[in-house]
Amino acid sequence: MKLKVYVTLKPGVLDPQGRAIHHALGSLGFAGVEDVRVGRLIELTVADDTDDAAVEAMCRQLLANTVIENFRIERA
Amino acid sequence: MKTAVLVFPGSNCDRDIAVALEQVTGTAPAMVWHAETALPDGIGLVAVPGGFSYGDYLRAGAIAARSPVMRAVVEAAGRGLPVLGVCNGFQVLTEAGLLPGALMRNAALSFVCRDAPLTVENADSAFTRLYEQGEQVAFPVAHHDGNYFADDTTLDRLEGEGRIAFRYATPINGSARDIAGILNDRGNVLGMMPHPERRIEAAHGGTDGRRLFEGLIETVGA
Repeated sequence: MKLKVYVTLKPGVLDPQGRAIHHALGSLGFAGVEDVRVGRLIELTVADDTDDAAVEAMCRQLLANTVIENFRIERA
Repeated sequence: MKTAVLVFPGSNCDRDIAVALEQVTGTAPAMVWHAETALPDGIGLVAVPGGFSYGDYLRAGAIAARSPVMRAVVEAAGRGLPVLGVCNGFQVLTEAGLLPGALMRNAALSFVCRDAPLTVENADSAFTRLYEQGEQVAFPVAHHDGNYFADDTTLDRLEGEGRIAFRYATPINGSARDIAGILNDRGNVLGMMPHPERRIEAAHGGTDGRRLFEGLIETVGA
């Protein structure tokens, strides 16, 4: 079974990378970009009987740092 | 005093801190590989060194914080053993949950490598007792992810409980409230981005860092 885990910065946490990309988009002439936030996509291939609680534990214990990040699990 | 220095794949300040500890304590520290499941007996300090453990993969310090030896460190810290994390070591300690908050990419996105003037904010801790309250010292910094973040409630608590050990005298990386180093609630765990182990002898350009280790010896006992 394939899973996608999206890890994103919590609202309110400053994202210097996103800001730099935002700035660069402006330099390229793309107008109207209001904000850029950078996250991470982690693709997992797991045993079919892996339950939701186990995946959530993986996210909480390692894949995301819940001090600064949120995560969302998507089943393929 | 016997000490231990953790070594992860990608640590690169482990030898610097080992030299500093040997100079100050008179005994070479035990170098403890990350795969060990126990710390040596009878040590008075565990140092988590700087570097780029696991290439900063996932997040700086994230993988190292889940290594077998860190379970022993968390347990020993809970019993009151002093733990010092410098630079990547600070990142590892936050990732391991021994210190609150997180260290994010520097606000200007650039690697900062220079002397950082610091203010000693708490001169009562086991680590800082040989400094004066409000004293200005300078330790080198060399990091890409030193931008300290915590929510306002946590920051207020750190301030209120005197747990900010060092603050940058001038902002260098975007850290919340210019935080350079913090203590845990019990005061036996210190994490800091600047490198006191690189200010041990005159040839380093100063000896401001030496008192941190000397103070710790006084606290723990030789």
